[in-house]
Amino acid sequence: MTGRKTLLAFRTQSALLLLLMLFAGALFAQAIEPLPFKNHTEEVRFQHLTRELRCLVCQNENLADSNADLARDLRREVFEQMQAGKNDAQIKQYLVDRYSDFVLYDPPVKPGTWLLWFGPLLILLAGATVVVITVRKRSRAGAPAESTDSASINEEDDW
Amino acid sequence: MNRLLPFFGFLLLVALLGFGIWWNTQHDQREVPSPLINKPAPAFALPTLDAPDNTVSKASMLGKPYLINVFASWCVACGEEHPVLMSEASQLGVPLVGYNYKDAPDEAKAWLEKHGNPYSLIIVDREGRTAIDFGVYGAPESFLVDSKGVIRYKRIGPLTPAVIEKELKPAIAVLAKEVQP
Repeated sequence: MTGRKTLLAFRTQSALLLLLMLFAGALFAQAIEPLPFKNHTEEVRFQHLTRELRCLVCQNENLADSNADLARDLRREVFEQMQAGKNDAQIKQYLVDRYSDFVLYDPPVKPGTWLLWFGPLLILLAGATVVVITVRKRSRAGAPAESTDSASINEEDDW
Repeated sequence: MNRLLPFFGFLLLVALLGFGIWWNTQHDQREVPSPLINKPAPAFALPTLDAPDNTVSKASMLGKPYLINVFASWCVACGEEHPVLMSEASQLGVPLVGYNYKDAPDEAKAWLEKHGNPYSLIIVDREGRTAIDFGVYGAPESFLVDSKGVIRYKRIGPLTPAVIEKELKPAIAVLAKEVQP
């Protein structure tokens, strides 16, 4: 009799545990909010697109990864616009119109960002110019003095 | 001279670092400049907090400048901003429109009851849909809209007495001058 009771109690317990586990699953599912994608290609496109967009609340996270409230809203917006048949460029433009170029992880090439895109190249060119000038100067000044004037060589070695 | 050259290079880098530090104290890195400034405010039609059946739209607000202040009872910085609004709202010269953002109406009402209500009108955006059109990404935010429905100024973050004096009031003064002639 008691054995049956414990078995029953055990069964109820495990049923409860199972139920809890199911609920835990539901909670988790809600946290990542699965969107009703029509097919796998659409889901891949969505993932790719949201990865290129910045979450404005936590600015070093993209829309795909962020769990911020606004990111969730914007993901929903992106999803619905995809459903409405808009292409990636249109969806990006929609967000840029509201949140400026800052939402894009890749800044577009335009007059305002020329310095950003080509600045490193300018610095490289400046460095190359300095190197060329120095090498020319040294080869001109150093060639006759190389063997005779050891003091000047020492001076250059200092730094 | 050649010996000192690296030292000058070092000084230049120190100056650059100093400039960077100074720049960061002057500018909020989180602030995203709104592309909506000097552009027409997005069309909206939102219910009011007091009477959810009444909707206020952009069209119904045309003709007079107003200041929209995005707030929510869950927003901590809004609580910091609130006393400033309480004391300054009546001296702004434009109506202060509350924009209750992603908030439960009951909690918003309780919050206003507790801290006071500086708004002449409160519109409710529970889903935060219209807020996306406004480019809202964090409360509190404030938008100065002119009589033609164009956004003229935006403040991201709390309005402080200093910001009101230095930025908001001059912007309102410009609007007042435009109306007179």
